[in-house]
This record gives sequence, C-alpha cells and structure tokens, in this order.
Amino acid sequence: MATMIKDGNKGSWLTAVLLAPTTLWFLVMLIMPLIVVVIFSFGERSPMGGYAASFTFDQYANLPSRLKAFTNTLTYAPLGTLLTLLVAYPLAYYLAVKVSARWKLLLLVLVIVPFWTSLLIRTYAWIFILGGRGIPNLLEMIGFDDVRLINTPGAVLLGMIYGYLPLMVFPIYVSLEKLDKQLLEASNDLGGSPFRTFLQVTLPLSMPGMATGCMLVFILLMGEFLIPAFLGGGKIFFLGNALVDLFLQSRNWPFGSALAVTLVIIMLVTVTIYMRLTMGSKTGRDVSIM
Amino acid sequence: MNKLSNDHKDVEFVNVTKRFGPVVAVDNISLSVEQGAFFSFLGPSGCGKTTSLRLIAGFDQPSEGDVHIGGVPVVGIPPHKRPVNMVFQNYALFPHMNVAENIGYGLRQRSPKPTAAEMNKQIDETLELVQMSGYRNRRIWEMSGGQQQRVALARALINRPTVLLLDEPLAALDRKLRRDMQIELQTLQREVGITFILVTHDQEEALSMSDRICIMREGDIVQSGSPRELYDHPVNRYVADFVGKSNFIAGSISGVNGKSITVKSENGREFIGSPSTGAPTLRGGDHASIAIRPELIAISPSNTSAADMNADVAMNGRVKNQIFLGEHTEYLINAEGIGDVLVLSPKHIESESGGFNPGDTVTIGWKNELALALEDS
Repeated sequence: MATMIKDGNKGSWLTAVLLAPTTLWFLVMLIMPLIVVVIFSFGERSPMGGYAASFTFDQYANLPSRLKAFTNTLTYAPLGTLLTLLVAYPLAYYLAVKVSARWKLLLLVLVIVPFWTSLLIRTYAWIFILGGRGIPNLLEMIGFDDVRLINTPGAVLLGMIYGYLPLMVFPIYVSLEKLDKQLLEASNDLGGSPFRTFLQVTLPLSMPGMATGCMLVFILLMGEFLIPAFLGGGKIFFLGNALVDLFLQSRNWPFGSALAVTLVIIMLVTVTIYMRLTMGSKTGRDVSIM
Repeated sequence: MNKLSNDHKDVEFVNVTKRFGPVVAVDNISLSVEQGAFFSFLGPSGCGKTTSLRLIAGFDQPSEGDVHIGGVPVVGIPPHKRPVNMVFQNYALFPHMNVAENIGYGLRQRSPKPTAAEMNKQIDETLELVQMSGYRNRRIWEMSGGQQQRVALARALINRPTVLLLDEPLAALDRKLRRDMQIELQTLQREVGITFILVTHDQEEALSMSDRICIMREGDIVQSGSPRELYDHPVNRYVADFVGKSNFIAGSISGVNGKSITVKSENGREFIGSPSTGAPTLRGGDHASIAIRPELIAISPSNTSAADMNADVAMNGRVKNQIFLGEHTEYLINAEGIGDVLVLSPKHIESESGGFNPGDTVTIGWKNELALALEDS
C-alpha cells in the first residue's frame, strides 16, 4: 500500500516534469498574448497610435462600423470551406480508392508539392493567371471580349480552394483509405447498387475525415487576409484585412484588439458546435483531428 | 419461387476458369450444388475455394465458362442483383449502424421498400432465429466475436437468399464457440431450408457440417462427395491426407490381383491394400501408397503374433509418444521398417490391456482389407 502511494507520487512528478515545457510554451506564447489582446481591447488609442491604458467598452461599441468585414468573413469562410470540400472529396476518393498502389504515392506527393512554396507567392501567381494578360487574354483570342476574372468574388473563392485544398484532401483521404473495402462488398451483396453503397456506407464512414478537413480549412479561412487582398482587389474585405489595417496602418491597437477578441469568440463557438456534432454522431468513436 | 422448380440445381459451374493476370485461380471446374444442400469447398489456402465463392456472389466474374444460380445464368450480373448473400470472414458489419440497422440493410435496398412495421417484424424474427433477441439496439463494437457472427448471419438470412455463402465464418472464433456454432449452423440450415455453401480450410468443420464436400487443390477439384465417401473412399493420397488422419507407406505397385493390390515399400517389404471406390485404376510400377487409418490399427504387447491380433500384418515397434484424449488414446509408434505410425486405441481396449507408456515395445497390426492402396498425388 505504502509503496503504491510512493509510486503514484513518483509517476505524477514525472508527468509534471514532462508536461512543463508544453505548459510553459502555452502560457507564454498563447495565453499571455491573448490576455494582452483582451486588456488592449478595453483601452484607448493613444494620440500617437498604439495603446493607452483605460477601461472602456468604446471599442466594442464601435464594432458595427466593421460590419462588412464580419459579414464578408462569415459568408466567404463557410462558402469557401464547402467549395473546398466539394473539390477535395472526389480527389481524395480517387486517390484512396481508384488509384493503383504504384501511382498513389506520387500523386499524394503532387498534392503536397505546392505547400513547399509560400502561399503568398502562389497567390501572387494567380494574379497573373486571372489578370488581363492571363486567361482573359486567351479568351479574347477565341472571341470572348472583356472577361473579368481578377478582383471578383469568384477569384477570391478560387484562391481559397486552391490554397487550402491539401488540408481538406488529406483527412478525407485517410478516412477513405482505412475504410474496410469488404464493407462495400457487403453492401453490394445485400442489394445496394454502387451509388447507394456510396451514399449509405462510404459517405457516412468518411464523415470524420470531412469534419476534420472542414474545421481545419474553416479556421484558417476565418483569419485569412492574403487571398482577399490579392485576388479581391481590396473590394472584398475580411476581418483579417481589417486587423492588418488597424494594427499596421492606422495603429489603432485597442480597436484591432476588440476585433480580434470577437473573432476568437466566434471561432470558439464554431469549434464547440463542431465538437458537439461530431462527438455525438454515430461515428463518434472515430472522431479524429487527423 | 423455388418450389416451382424443384428439379434444378441451386448452383452450377460449367467449365469455369478464373484467371488473375497469369495466375489461374480456378482451372476449368464443373460442379453442381443440390437445392437445400449444405455444401463445402475444402482445401488449403490458395486452392481456389474463396475465388469459387466470389464467382457465385458476383464479386468476380469468370474468365471462361458459365455460372448458374437457381437455373439462371448469372455471368455478368453484378452482386447486388443476385439472389445470394454472403457471411464474410470478418463479418463486415457496418460500424456506423446498430444491430437492427445492420440486419435491416438488405430490406432497405429493396424497391418497393417494405414498411417500417414490416421491416421491424422481420428484423425481430431473424434476431430470434439466431438467438439474439434483445440485442436490437447494440452497437457493433459492443459485441463479442460470436455475437457479431450471429448478426452477420441474420443480416444475410433476412433476405431469404436462394443460396447463403459462408466464407470461413468460424475461423475467428475460439475452439469451444466454434463447435457450438457448427452445430447451430447445421440446425439453422435445416430450419430455413436454404442452400448453404461454405468455404473452409478446416477439414473437421467441413466433415461435421456438410452433406457434400468438394476438395480443391491448385484451382482443381480433386474429389467431391459426402463426408463418409471422402473418408472411406479417398481417390488419392492427397484426399486421404486432407480428410481425417491417416498413415501412409509409400512405394510402388508390385502386383495387382483384382481387389488386392500389393505395394512394395521403399525398403522392400510388401503390403497389401484394396483399391478405393471411384479412384483411377492402378497399374504395376505406379507410385502408390498404402493408407491405413489410425483407428483401424490394433496395438498389443510386443511379440504378439498377427493371428493372435486378428490381423494380416504385424510388426514390432516402440512407443514414442502417448496422448490421452479421454474416449481414446493416441499413440505415436516407431514401427520396424515403416517409421512413425499413428494409432488410435479406444477406451475399452485400453482398459483391458492397461495401456502403454512411452518407451514400451509393442506390436501393431491390421487387416489387409482395411488398408487402401492409393495413387500418390
């Protein structure tokens, strides 16, 4: 009995020591800045820009002035996530189910290769592809004049799909890959046509992968500023753009902080809903964040 | 539907060949399965038995030849349109559905779909059939292997298929449970009257459950018949070796005299055996073996004469090993001139003689008419 307690103490000490670096990292790098942001959000902009200590709700009262950024973000992020899912699913399905083992690895690498270059450069490239001397120029050659692609909502969505596709493809690929192919045969054997088998077996069993992919992409799209700035021509303004503007350009740190805090709250709510939905679902046992 | 056409076979293979690239999995086989039979494909892995089953289910299509189910040619018809259902080796139950949803899966694929009440009634009936009433709402992972097995069985049977296919269904169960399920499967088959086709590598399983067994090797059918036929009249050494236990004395044929064939063993001693019914005719000089089942060999204290043992052949030997199995005792005996011989001695004989221990010298013997002369193959 005595030795058991001693062992237990030793174990918890070891656990504490091993967890210390992570805990410290979390406190210093994540929680502290967040606390700073929360404190700033109740302050005032000093005359020279930056932060002046105070306790006021003015910044939060001022939030409606950035309503457009909120509505844009809350429209484009879910829409972009959905479109990315629609593009990613067939690709992941093809990679997991249809491709022979020989080509699988090569194709998977090809999906990741764009990640080796910065998103900034890749998005910049799209400016040229969609811009006047890119696709519109080619279309003009075959008789379609004045096609505008760049600086449109479509360009922003395209950029989003392009930028985050691999993050959606991989979790779905993993869930389809580990799907027991015998389940598909069983469904077939029980009278399910290939299409019904897809709807009743493949799709529900790849749900955890889809949920993970959607969450990853959605969170990143909520904070996106590069793609709307480059491909939306400044007309489509996200919360991310507002933050860049407030912190770097107009140096209104307290208002920027209030905006940031609101964004964090929106994300927390969304993630909580996600957890509730997936944990409670029928495939709850397989929930995975990759 | 089946009652109208009582004379047809439920499954028929006509010169069926299945190739996977250069590999011939099933090589020009023909067979037929009677309606209501419990039929088994028996053989080692890679013999083509699972491929044969998949050809019936429709997961694979034959490279050549014809497959008929219930008298209807089915080549080219996809699995979901065939009147057969399969119990998979690892059950392949849908993990995102509970027991009732799994069992009702086949009913939900029908058009027109049965009403919810009708489906529930059938699900309950089938659950009762496999003795799983009360497990309706269980999740798949909450059940033991044996329970999952029953659900898999129910999921297939609820569709009232013409033929039920079972792919090594008991392989994943422990020994005791396997015995119980063998008996239960047999009872169930008689109860529902559906043709069962089983694939197994376990000869004991095939022998105890089936009315007909088809023994396969390297894509070919070696022999098919009732368990008794296969045990008593194997066509060659392979079958005798695969079905039950047997002792073999290899050699070549030195004389054929009607119902008695003489085989000269490698060290020159001659043994006599009778030809097996239905086996190819043996000729002088052919490589052959004398096969004698362990339970047909008598065992006595050393230097007993053949006549005293009521045997035609007798030889001395030494007991190498003894395994007490309850109703009988198994001896491994190193016999003069023929090497290791397995002998099964029943309990009542044991009680008379007091049994033998490792190291004892004994005499073993048998009657020539009980030995078979079989083609080596």
